[in-house]
Amino acid sequence: MMQQPVASIPEGAPLLAVENISLSFGGVKAITDVSFGICKSEIRAIIGPNGAGKTSMLNVINGFYHPQEGSITFKGEKRSQMRPYIAASQGISRTFQNVALFRGMTTLDNIMAGRTLKMNRGMLWQALHSGPAAREEMEHRLAVERIIDFLEIQHIRKQPVGRLPYGLQKRVELGRALAMEPELLLLDEPMAGMNLEEKEDMSRFILAVNDTFGTTIALIEHDMGVVMDLSDRVVVLDHGEKIADGTPEEVQRDQVVIDAYLGVAH
Amino acid sequence: MGIVAPMLDNVMKLSVVSLLLGFVGWVVAIAVLNGPGPVLETLIGGLLVGVLYSLIALGVVLIFKASGIFNYAQGSMVLFAALSVARLSESMPLWGAVLLSAAIMVSMAYAVEFLVLRRLVHQEQIILFMATIGITYFLDGFGQMLWGSDIYQIDLGLPKQPILLLKDVFRGGLLIDPADLIAAVVCGLLVIALALFFQYTRVGRALRAVADDHQAAQSVGIPLNRIWLLVWAVGGLVALVAGVIWGNKLGVQFSLSLIALKALPVLILGGFTSIPGAIAGGLIIGAGEKLAEVVIGPILVRTFDLAGGGFENWFAYVLALLFLLIRPQGLFGEKIIERI
Repeated sequence: MMQQPVASIPEGAPLLAVENISLSFGGVKAITDVSFGICKSEIRAIIGPNGAGKTSMLNVINGFYHPQEGSITFKGEKRSQMRPYIAASQGISRTFQNVALFRGMTTLDNIMAGRTLKMNRGMLWQALHSGPAAREEMEHRLAVERIIDFLEIQHIRKQPVGRLPYGLQKRVELGRALAMEPELLLLDEPMAGMNLEEKEDMSRFILAVNDTFGTTIALIEHDMGVVMDLSDRVVVLDHGEKIADGTPEEVQRDQVVIDAYLGVAH
Repeated sequence: MGIVAPMLDNVMKLSVVSLLLGFVGWVVAIAVLNGPGPVLETLIGGLLVGVLYSLIALGVVLIFKASGIFNYAQGSMVLFAALSVARLSESMPLWGAVLLSAAIMVSMAYAVEFLVLRRLVHQEQIILFMATIGITYFLDGFGQMLWGSDIYQIDLGLPKQPILLLKDVFRGGLLIDPADLIAAVVCGLLVIALALFFQYTRVGRALRAVADDHQAAQSVGIPLNRIWLLVWAVGGLVALVAGVIWGNKLGVQFSLSLIALKALPVLILGGFTSIPGAIAGGLIIGAGEKLAEVVIGPILVRTFDLAGGGFENWFAYVLALLFLLIRPQGLFGEKIIERI
């Protein structure tokens, strides 16, 4: 297969930029004129109170939602809207707020599904289930096993994910996203509903992914302790508008942010 | 209370199972008493009808597996395909009519995907189900407008002379229509090919992924539209095969789309997500309803002084109802797991 000659983006250079994004559903404005960038290999947190437009923003980035205004620039290519297929094939993978796994399938098959775009043998070979297709399947199995080892979920490889406890489901979902070998990983509340120990595990995995593979990560999280520990830069949304952008320390001191979170007398 | 409910549940299951076993026992007893000839003939005739039910159910399963939609329109697709073959074959050779109809069914799949499904991504499944009801009425009306609403013939040119089997083994032997046998073989081959393709390929995995969660499937780069197009096209082609075989047997008329509703009890029996289930369900219902009509019906009529038979018409639905009580996921269906 021809490898696309992509000019590799150096660490610290902008990987993704959203500019002047506005999104509304009917008359309801979800996002108003928001711009920010994500640099190669950083961990970027998106925070804000409920209904601030954080998940909508992720949906714009991976193409589930199409904004009415603004542009999305990924790896130097500027688009007015993303499409899920293009986002996935260009190297954006994601997890969901309310775990969206393939419930009837095993852990192994779920993560294997993340390899979809990496497989290119034609349907005929697959139907015959032999030759190059079988060899290819084996290669991908190896890659998937490495991810399973990495996330320490060997013991649930063959279990249908619908029966797993919530914390493990979240981990499998991360595994599926990693199987795509993404350049940009979008995590929507990776620690929601977890106990302290599970949160520590998940933080460890996120940092390890970022360290080992240099994967750029954008995450939405409510736990401020986690956000402050993990992220390099933080963007704060409130009522669909950007109210702050900077390092965790800067954002934490920002009066507008404090008011948005604590509520302020109008 | 905690104990009574499961006990009642077990009592109910037991009685349903014994009812079913009783039915089978009765049939066997009659076969022993009156000689196996008539019962066997009924059984085989039923199984051959069952193969056709299986074919229709198969189309529904494929689409259900890939999108979680119960395709109410499958029966209308069968009628539409049969009408198109019947009318086209009036002005061209049969193979041409079949090929052209296949092209029509694939275009129909494309139209359904482009005009309906694509607009309804991320909607509740009940909405998609309603959309297929709309497609049903459209296809019924459009089909009759385009092809006419009389009764038409499809003649596959298969031998019409019944074959006499086993005439030395017992008195009377077995009379079997060769067209039915050929139909059964064709269905069998089709089913094996489809089952292999969907169980053992990446497309199969993508299909199951799409059925479980549209958005998640899209997020890993599975092209939703192409998968839907694929299953609707295959569903259309399966409808074509069912329509041609059924049309050859009974003629092409509007009631075809109603017979196709039998796919529902077949799937409740076999499980909505299982290709082998569609086959087993179709055979059981086909054989069961014929046996109920021919073997058990007359006895009930005589014993209770009833007006007449008609068991064939409701037997499938009662059987499905009983199955819902003891095994809601069907014989081969995936167990429904819900976390609360």
